[in-house]
Amino acid sequence: MTSTLTISDLTKRFGEVAALTGVSLTVAPGERVALLGHNGAGKSTLMKIILGLIPATGGKVTICDAAPGSTAARRAVAYLPENVAFHPALTGEEQVRHYLSLRGERPRLAMGLLEVVGLAHAARRRIGTYSKGMRQRVGLAQALIGHPRLLVLDEPTSGLDPVSRREFYVLLDDLAAQGASILLSSHALTEVEARTDRIVILSKGRVVAEGSLADLRRRADLPVTLHVTARNGYATDIAQSLPGAIMVDGALHLTCMQADKLQTLGRITDLGDKVADLDVLPPSLEDLYSHFSQGNAP
Amino acid sequence: MKRILSTASTEFRIALRNRWVTIALVLMAVFSLVLSLAGSAPTGGLGVDRLSVTVASLTSLSVYLIPLLALLISFDAIAGEAERGTLSLLLAYPIAREEVLIGKLAAHLAILALAVLLGHGLAAGVAIWSDQSAVEGLPALWRLSWSSILLGATFLGAGYALSSLSRRPSGAAGLAIGLWLGLVVLYDIALLAAIVADNGGWFTTEAFPVALIVNPADAFRLFNLTASGATAAAAGVGGAADAIPLWHSLSSILVWPVAALALAAAAFRKVTP
Repeated sequence: MTSTLTISDLTKRFGEVAALTGVSLTVAPGERVALLGHNGAGKSTLMKIILGLIPATGGKVTICDAAPGSTAARRAVAYLPENVAFHPALTGEEQVRHYLSLRGERPRLAMGLLEVVGLAHAARRRIGTYSKGMRQRVGLAQALIGHPRLLVLDEPTSGLDPVSRREFYVLLDDLAAQGASILLSSHALTEVEARTDRIVILSKGRVVAEGSLADLRRRADLPVTLHVTARNGYATDIAQSLPGAIMVDGALHLTCMQADKLQTLGRITDLGDKVADLDVLPPSLEDLYSHFSQGNAP
Repeated sequence: MKRILSTASTEFRIALRNRWVTIALVLMAVFSLVLSLAGSAPTGGLGVDRLSVTVASLTSLSVYLIPLLALLISFDAIAGEAERGTLSLLLAYPIAREEVLIGKLAAHLAILALAVLLGHGLAAGVAIWSDQSAVEGLPALWRLSWSSILLGATFLGAGYALSSLSRRPSGAAGLAIGLWLGLVVLYDIALLAAIVADNGGWFTTEAFPVALIVNPADAFRLFNLTASGATAAAAGVGGAADAIPLWHSLSSILVWPVAALALAAAAFRKVTP
């Protein structure tokens, strides 16, 4: 099957500043790809080029065999901008009805879409009275219009509470199962972890790593952190049997490499009743990100 | 077409909720009533019907009020969308930028037209109710109505252009007020100052008529005063009306709305969200 989105050797310069350099990426039908990177890494710029909102300096982008910004491409792509705020004087239903008309769909479908994103109860209230999470749901509702082939979602879960985030990813799973490609950007590693097929890390406009999260973790091979809380009085005993552990706020912090993790855990288990609690912290997105963006790409 | 209609009805709804419709209707109604009631005083000496005098007063008022209303309604059109983040979303939809502008224009022009027709209708009602011969002034009033709507279209287009250029609502509001002050107030003062300094030379005979025609607000005043022959009731720059052929000012008020919209479309096309 041909890919929904193909980007090859894309370059974008704003005057002297290189926003994107040599970015290549493909997204297949039904694939969910997360674009990670800090602010200014080029995520939004990449999305705007895909949408045809700004022209590329070099390279080639095709969406369903059409050029970005062409009518065919715009029909195939749905977009959710970062921090979108709709006109406060309109109700959620009126806003979605308008977007339906713009896509040539029947405005009557608005209520159904708002139900899908859990906003039916507030559909007749003005958007000015909505919370940030509710506005985000309006944004999601409009992105679902007309079975798009590609969804470009810029920080789609910002402002959503954990329960809503989970519901949102269930929605994305359904869309992907129907063959829609999804390209989303996020700061939160934990939520993209289980919910995307592939992760692309952008740093200073370059793709520095690409693969599944487990893939990236394995490749980076960063140390795991263990937090051991001792029962009253046993802290020094434990510190003696775990060389390299340091005392922080009454808990012992210990790091070990992935390969030594089970062995270290075994030593902690052997301490028996002296241990009150244990937390295992895998490398965070911050750790992975700084690892890959500092030129440690495999 | 469906996209333009949906844009227009959404914009109209927004204007209704933002009270722009109410403000425009009330302003035009109040001013028209006041002018037509006060217009009874000077009729005796001039030998014209009561409505024609009211038309002359309404013309002077509209020169200030219509551009102001049009700019107030339009300055937020593009900059507001950019600030809310909906502009990038809108432009990702399969709708052309020109369609967006036409949709907004249709809604905003409908609001201005409603306000103008309500105000003028009230003025005509009052004049005819108190003086039967005022019916003779109806053609002049009708001319004032459609030229007011064209003047409104010109300044709506100018408002969209400024809104596109500044990208931020506060900046667009500042530019809009600046444009209004410049074209409607300061322009005439500058012309009068130049005429006084020139003392009947080249500027007064050659440049001045052209300067009046190229300014849409002055062309509008000139057209209505010339056409109704009400120059006697007008003063200041309007006094020059007799010297300039009617078709000059008419072409100006017909060409300006198209030119302003073309400017707006060109400015909007340059906006990168």
